[in-house]
Amino acid sequence: MGTATTSERLQVKLGDITLKNPVMPASGCFGFGREYARFYDLSRLGAIAVKATTVEERLGNPTPRVAETEAGMLNAIGLQNPGMDSVIQEELPWLQQFDLPVFVNIAGTTVEDYVEVADTISRQPGVTALELNISCPNVKCGGISFGTDPQIAADLTREVKKVSRVPVFVKLSPNVTDIVSIATEVEKAGADGLSMINTLVGMRLDIRTGRPILSNQSGGLSGPAIKPVAIRMIWEVSQSVNIPIIGMGGIQNAEDVAEFFMAGASAVAIGTANFVNPYVCPEVIDSLPALLDDLGVDKISELTGRGWRR
Amino acid sequence: MYDPTGQETLCPAGVEDMTVVTNERIAERIFRMTLAGNLVDKMVCPGQFVHVKCGSGSVPLLRRPISISDVDADQQQFTMIYRVEGEGTRLLSRMHPGEQVNVLGPLGQGYPIKQRKSGEHAVLVGGGVGVPPLYYLGRKLVEKGVRVTSVIGFGSREQVFLENELKELGDVYVTTMDGSHGTRGLVTDVLTVGDVDPWDVLYSCGPIPMLKALQELYGKEQTEAYISLEQRMGCGVGACLACVCHPSEETRQNTGKRYFKICSDGPVFGLREVAL
Repeated sequence: MGTATTSERLQVKLGDITLKNPVMPASGCFGFGREYARFYDLSRLGAIAVKATTVEERLGNPTPRVAETEAGMLNAIGLQNPGMDSVIQEELPWLQQFDLPVFVNIAGTTVEDYVEVADTISRQPGVTALELNISCPNVKCGGISFGTDPQIAADLTREVKKVSRVPVFVKLSPNVTDIVSIATEVEKAGADGLSMINTLVGMRLDIRTGRPILSNQSGGLSGPAIKPVAIRMIWEVSQSVNIPIIGMGGIQNAEDVAEFFMAGASAVAIGTANFVNPYVCPEVIDSLPALLDDLGVDKISELTGRGWRR
Repeated sequence: MYDPTGQETLCPAGVEDMTVVTNERIAERIFRMTLAGNLVDKMVCPGQFVHVKCGSGSVPLLRRPISISDVDADQQQFTMIYRVEGEGTRLLSRMHPGEQVNVLGPLGQGYPIKQRKSGEHAVLVGGGVGVPPLYYLGRKLVEKGVRVTSVIGFGSREQVFLENELKELGDVYVTTMDGSHGTRGLVTDVLTVGDVDPWDVLYSCGPIPMLKALQELYGKEQTEAYISLEQRMGCGVGACLACVCHPSEETRQNTGKRYFKICSDGPVFGLREVAL
């Protein structure tokens, strides 16, 4: 066993960004942190990815917005958020009390929207990076329409990179035929990293009414059910790009974190599991050192890509 | 907003594996479970709910929001009454005394009762599985010397529960849709015939059509009235935005609020505060 201290064991790097540990809550599953700050000190987290932010306030979709599935859930929130001005005035300053890198997820309907949010948000103090949301399946325009065509995704990435003062991570959609081609195009366009995966489009019907349970009809599937899909995609993409990957999709415990690292991730985000256990993020962080001991690994960063590295 | 300070119901929530004391069927598809644990110390506000993990694995994945029906602070026990609707509540209904249930709570803003004075008259209006939180509320009101009258509605005689318990707190009017017990019809049928004495405040929980009917009956008057809403929930703590509802036009104009989160701004709202 090596000689790294506990804090060194969990430290990871995403390009120039250093995280004290590799675990962050996933965007959309943690608001702007306020609700979970009632349960624990957010400074324990490796980072935070806050709720998708758009130029104007968005009220989202009608309810019902969630439906449970086998080991998962469908959501169709519809990017509800207070708009970037409110995020800048209320949420980002509040987050500065914590020792916490902040990834701001940004979304829009047009390229101009994305550029405006990126330009404005990336100037704010305390913003570590942008997470470019080109993969929300629950809004009619914008979101996923940018994430399913390699060229459109690359063009958007390029425009956002031109204005952003901070690194840009592009959050990829799994609802594509060839995720590797999108990842490599986005990398060529200047992305500093990738977040993957967003939710898978799915649907459930109420057999009493014969109608979809979600008012939006379809929604994004998350939770343990999608973990194998995420692992496969990260496995393929991480072997084709040279930028770091934040892995996500159904992570519930330290073993899942190790599996994502071995597939090729350099950090992870935990989403749906926060709803089941509000303490899941600090619990996973606290249980990582013992797992590293079990695996005979000194630093968690050594696990990245272990699955395919020869 | 009925309580701008939020002081009244600002109870810290926690997570705990609580121990099943009893779990029994009390009506058609209706079960009453009593759980013991330290979280009970925090359950001082009637109208709050707990978010319950049904089973230990990933199926079912999400918690189930269930209202707190009664609290025994001395015994550190609370009671929740739930209807078996799907896999989660079915698993819950099969749990035995001594087994553990993971509970997150207490959550949400409960019924405001701080300003109630001895000698006032409160009417509790409940429909079906919306009746349970009104029992703990009724007990708290009676402790304060408030006179309590309950008007509770069910589908049929087999579905009636909490009638006797509520009778210990005051007058009870029961309605059933099929007339098999009590008055045939809806709770509003009892309220409109004038049998119930004039009241100072109305508290309600039940299906949306019932709450809408109450808004139609009393929404224009200045009657003090509160309703508790239900919705499919994700996190239960206000983060995921699954369970939102719309403020009424009046609320929107007065507060600028464009949505409420039922789990954390509610589940209790002023009768005129929300658009149903």
